[in-house]
Amino acid sequence: MIEFRGVTKRFPDGTVAVDNLDLKVDAGKITVFVGPSGCGKTTSLRMINRMIEPSDGQILVNGNDIMQSDAADLRRGIGYVIQHAGLFPHRTIVDNIATVPLLLGWNKIKARKRATELMEIVGLAPEMAQRYPSQLSGGQQQRVGVARALAADPPVLLMDEPFSAVDPVVRESLQDELLRLQSELGKTIVFVTHDIDEAVKLGDKVAVLRVGGKLAQYDEPGVLLARPVDDFVDNFVGRDRGYRGLGFLSSDEIPLGELKTVTIGEAAPAGEEWVLVVDGERRPQGWLGAEQREGLETVSADRLVPGGSLYEIGSGSLRSALDAALSSPSGQGVAVDAQGAVAGAISADDVLRALDATRRDEQPS
Amino acid sequence: MNILNQLVSWFADPAHWSGSGGVPIRLLEHLYYSGLALLIGLVVALPIGLAVGHTGKGSFLIVGLANGLRALPELGVLILLVLFMGIGLIPVVIALSILAIPPLLAGAYAGIRNVDPAVVDAARGVGMREQQVLFKVELPNALPLILGGLRSAALQVIATAAVASFVSFGGFGRYIFDGLRIRDYPQMAAGALLVAALALAVEGVLALVQRSVVSPGLRASGGARRSPTADVASTPEPAQPDDPSPAPELAGVKR
Amino acid sequence: MILWDWIPRNLGTIGQQLLQHLQLSLIPVVVALVVSVPLGWLANRSPALRAVLVPAAGLLYTIPSIVLFVMLPGVLGTRIDSPLNIQIALTVYTVALLVRSVADALAAVPSMVVAAATAMGFRPGRRFVSVELPLAVPVLIAGLRVATVSNISLVSVGALIGVGGLGALLTQGFQEFFPTKIIIGVVLIVVLALLADALLLLLGRYITPWVRAGAGARSKA
Repeated sequence: MIEFRGVTKRFPDGTVAVDNLDLKVDAGKITVFVGPSGCGKTTSLRMINRMIEPSDGQILVNGNDIMQSDAADLRRGIGYVIQHAGLFPHRTIVDNIATVPLLLGWNKIKARKRATELMEIVGLAPEMAQRYPSQLSGGQQQRVGVARALAADPPVLLMDEPFSAVDPVVRESLQDELLRLQSELGKTIVFVTHDIDEAVKLGDKVAVLRVGGKLAQYDEPGVLLARPVDDFVDNFVGRDRGYRGLGFLSSDEIPLGELKTVTIGEAAPAGEEWVLVVDGERRPQGWLGAEQREGLETVSADRLVPGGSLYEIGSGSLRSALDAALSSPSGQGVAVDAQGAVAGAISADDVLRALDATRRDEQPS
Repeated sequence: MNILNQLVSWFADPAHWSGSGGVPIRLLEHLYYSGLALLIGLVVALPIGLAVGHTGKGSFLIVGLANGLRALPELGVLILLVLFMGIGLIPVVIALSILAIPPLLAGAYAGIRNVDPAVVDAARGVGMREQQVLFKVELPNALPLILGGLRSAALQVIATAAVASFVSFGGFGRYIFDGLRIRDYPQMAAGALLVAALALAVEGVLALVQRSVVSPGLRASGGARRSPTADVASTPEPAQPDDPSPAPELAGVKR
Repeated sequence: MILWDWIPRNLGTIGQQLLQHLQLSLIPVVVALVVSVPLGWLANRSPALRAVLVPAAGLLYTIPSIVLFVMLPGVLGTRIDSPLNIQIALTVYTVALLVRSVADALAAVPSMVVAAATAMGFRPGRRFVSVELPLAVPVLIAGLRVATVSNISLVSVGALIGVGGLGALLTQGFQEFFPTKIIIGVVLIVVLALLADALLLLLGRYITPWVRAGAGARSKA
């Protein structure tokens, strides 16, 4: 869909921002450019819509050399989202979103109608339509930025550190929102960030660039975490990569063990070992240990030890399975089904055995 | 309080309100010179200010010009032009235009330069052509400073038009200098008051114009209309051009 | 166009006019500085006062100088050709300009810096003198430069009513139809203004070494 062929960018002062980049961005996927500052990730992105022109090499969008088309026309067909949203302060939200349709010559009514639709798609309340950007929070402004980029329904979306200026909580919700949008829209998205966690979370594929504008590794995030090609990528990917890599491994192989449960209101069970307490619909409520059971006749909600994280069978990763086991007071992770009812127990040993099996499968022969 | 009575009786005298030396005619004269000079100033300064602001080329020229012209005594400019071109409308209007240009130029330049670079980047990024970037995004956002420059220029021109009466010319300044010549202080004071009233009235009208043509979005950040949710790290760093001096200081304003 | 030998013959007069020009333009700057720092401080401390002082300053600034030069004798009872009229008028303009500058400059001092100073035990008065005021100096200097240059140029308008330092060269030159006087007058006024501007710029750099140090570090990054 988007292809870099031997692309180099040299600035007039002699610095090489991007050095002989060869890379193919898959259609309908999110591709993340990540790297430390000075690695040329933003320059690479901005060359796609000719905000910066390459010194050497070729960039193809849909098979067409971008230098062959008029820069403004090219940009109207490519959505563009930047760090501080770059909203037009003198225009209302709805007119900001309608910018590209109006540039393309749509009539005002149609453009505004489209803008209103988009506000709903990106989760903005309709009463914000007539407000001005300065009346919105940073997170809201960024949603408007995304809506503006999507307004003319371009197949390609360029996002240049769009979430880096908002606080972590808002950032996370914007990331989730982007993934939800992408699952519906299936755009070809190129996303630039300096945050490896964001890259790994959002990217279908991640390109790690090193200072001087050289591509260090271009892989799926799971592979990046499991097998960094060199020390630079290893360092950049950072601490806990082994643990974080589990997030990209399927947990379907893990066998579920027996889990001893008791329902609230029943007689307290005898014995010493941990028992999981469930409600009438078999949803986990907490644990009973030996200590809590002393002198207890019927099981009630008020003497329970809180449980750990839950592992949902079918959709969970090895990471969530391991975390369920590690965070449970009894050492037994609680697996639940899609309805939240207890399905069985997971031990850390089971997870590690499953991990071992996956590694053997993937071992290059 | 004597002077107050004298002023009141000056203004109450119907003879001062009619004929070629009456207040209405003097007002029209004053407005005519000032308006013409301002118009010429706008035609010269606005395109240059917008072009330099948009391209960033020649910034040093604007800053230098604005600072240099502030040092130039307006009376000297006026007298020199009249001396070499003869007494007439043209030298006076040229002198007034020269004084109007620096604030207009600086306002237009600083206005464009101060538009958040992220906003301009976004305008290009969504596919606006250079002209569209300038006229649809930069210009509307620069309006407050451009109109600020216009206000400064208008005041400067009105003030200097009063001084221009020294070289035997109409306008409210006539009362000041005629009064000075014949030692008629009430007439001088009346002239001065009329000049002040005109300056304040023009300032008020231009302030109203500014309110009506500047997008409310550029005012909303002022605080009062800001929504309570907007305080979370929403405003990007204000755009700083290379030259940190704010517009009025660039604008060569003086009274 | 210029009769060069006129200059040496009249050096004494020109010198006197130059001196008067400096007195008329610079005394107001000094007086205004002393007045506007406390006023600006008050404006920054109290939003209510700011809401009065800043628009009032703006209003004063819209009044043309010739108006004040003519009206002040009627208000103060001074003679029409008294230097006081010029000096008071220019003081008013300079205060109008500086109050705003000082208030803005103080408002621009990062609140974290002020909070840190308070936390270290500065009392408000001491904190103002040793923390807030120094940080406001660059903006203050910028305001002073504008005011000084404007004043030097504006004094010449005073010549129209009889006191104008070098401005007298302009009006006499016009009445005598003698361009040499006018050109000498204009050149001296401009040179004086640019010189004063440059001196203030250097003074500002000298007393705020941290500004340039910071700018250097930023441009390297």
